Amino acid sequence: MIADILISVLLVIGGVFGLVGSYGLVKLPDLMTRLHAPTKASTLGVGGVLLASMGYALVNGGGSWHELLITLFLFLTAPITANFIAKAWMARHVTEADLPPTGGERTWATLDLSDLPMQPELTPPPPPGRAT
Amino acid sequence: MIEMAMTFAFACFGLGLLICLWRVMFAPTIPDRILALDTMVVNMIALIVLYGMHHKSGLYFEASMLFAMTGFVSSVAYAKFILRGDIIE
Repeated sequence: MIADILISVLLVIGGVFGLVGSYGLVKLPDLMTRLHAPTKASTLGVGGVLLASMGYALVNGGGSWHELLITLFLFLTAPITANFIAKAWMARHVTEADLPPTGGERTWATLDLSDLPMQPELTPPPPPGRAT
Repeated sequence: MIEMAMTFAFACFGLGLLICLWRVMFAPTIPDRILALDTMVVNMIALIVLYGMHHKSGLYFEASMLFAMTGFVSSVAYAKFILRGDIIE
């Protein structure tokens, strides 16, 4: 009985969070704020449903910890996708004038469309011989 | 009680999927479209898992796992294409 209540609560919470995440996609004003809704709320909603599914399988016998794998995968990949989408948005909608100077010769990596490879500024190695 | 909660969750994620579809069709910018597609994948995973729960079957776990992986790779590839005009440089 307690397990039933727990699973139902997890399902309802997961459903509400998933709906809020998708609704935020339409409601929020611009992309940088809109990124918050799916990456946080939706991921949490799916996490709730997966936990409920795991509990349900355990109650009915023959459960497994498989679902945690999907939860872990989603929690790991959501920020990476969000970062890439933010970079794609910045490449199209942010100009160099909006950003502080980099302090180097090259501009910001997101805005740098040249094909040159990134070269780190190496400090020259110390001359051979005894250090004085 | 679990059946009712399950129906509620089905309705929530189905509605979320419809909202995302609307956002894919009428998106103001292209990154918005990628974001909506990514959210559709997340909602779809939840729906597949719920369907597996409904049928008391562990068969749908692999489907949702594969869906999560292909969804992640396709979102990143699309974003990378928009960013640089090329996926693997």
